[in-house]
Amino acid sequence: MDSLCKNTLPMQPSTACELTFESSVKKYMKDAYFIALGLSGNHEDALELSQEAFLKAYRNINHLQNHEKFFPWFYQILRNLCFDYLRKKKTRAGQYLEEIDDESLTNTNNDFNPEAIAERNETKEIIWKAIGQLDEKHREIIILRHFLNQSYEQIARNLFCSKGTVMSRLYYGRKQLKEILNKMKGEH
Amino acid sequence: MICQDYKNLMMAYIDGELEPEARKTFEEHLQSCKECSAELKEFKQLKQLTDDIEFAEPEDRIWEQYWQNIYNRTERTTGWVLFSIAAILLLIYGGFKFIETIIHDPSVGFILKAALLVLIAGAAVLFVSVLRERLYFWKKDRYKNVRR
Repeated sequence: MDSLCKNTLPMQPSTACELTFESSVKKYMKDAYFIALGLSGNHEDALELSQEAFLKAYRNINHLQNHEKFFPWFYQILRNLCFDYLRKKKTRAGQYLEEIDDESLTNTNNDFNPEAIAERNETKEIIWKAIGQLDEKHREIIILRHFLNQSYEQIARNLFCSKGTVMSRLYYGRKQLKEILNKMKGEH
Repeated sequence: MICQDYKNLMMAYIDGELEPEARKTFEEHLQSCKECSAELKEFKQLKQLTDDIEFAEPEDRIWEQYWQNIYNRTERTTGWVLFSIAAILLLIYGGFKFIETIIHDPSVGFILKAALLVLIAGAAVLFVSVLRERLYFWKKDRYKNVRR
């Protein structure tokens, strides 16, 4: 294992706590998995994407200038990987389902598996499905706030934006979620 | 402030992220704006529903194997890189030896030898041309240093 620990990541230099790449993975693996789960909607993809993001981070660790900012830097890798994967998946689905018009394709996300949520009931499953129909940026902000319980400051740090942008994105994300839920209610 | 500014503050208000001063200003606005008041009620209901959902925790073995999976994949990638480098070197060496044998073989006709040399020259020109083009575009790429 030592051969993999060539890069030390001092997360808390004040306490002289030096963490190896392995301990960084162990520290952030749950956050990485749950973020990927929120963006992809199912366990298999979340596991694959989060591990792939750590591999990519390991290969590019020399680009990380300030090791204290490991997580925001890693988060960018993870989200780009998830978004690229989702776009490719959507394109592939579009090629197979040419008869489906653009709007219905955008609003269909069958990958949001209800098994991803705990103590399931009908209401929770409907909301989870609705979250799966949000567009990428709004889904991301809802996941970070509600599922990862991140503060506005943490979200702003991870997304490299201001707290004002976080508030505005949350407003439009929740508004979109409300509209989707109303539409789903109308269909039933 | 216009109503839209209060709508953004509304999010911080329901998430408990507003400073006492801003909270007071927002509450004052609520008393005079029925639209914001009604929207706040709806958002509060939605937040309650969303806060209720939690991710299912995967089995313990997933976390136990997590690092090992990453380690194995890194190890395999290194293995493949080494294997590919060695395979390329061996192919070049083997190709060189093969050509050398043919050139020195008196039983092989002149035309075949000439054709082989022309084929190698053509491949070399193609390789240099592609490489030069790649280098040219790489130098001109304005975004090559952009790191997201």
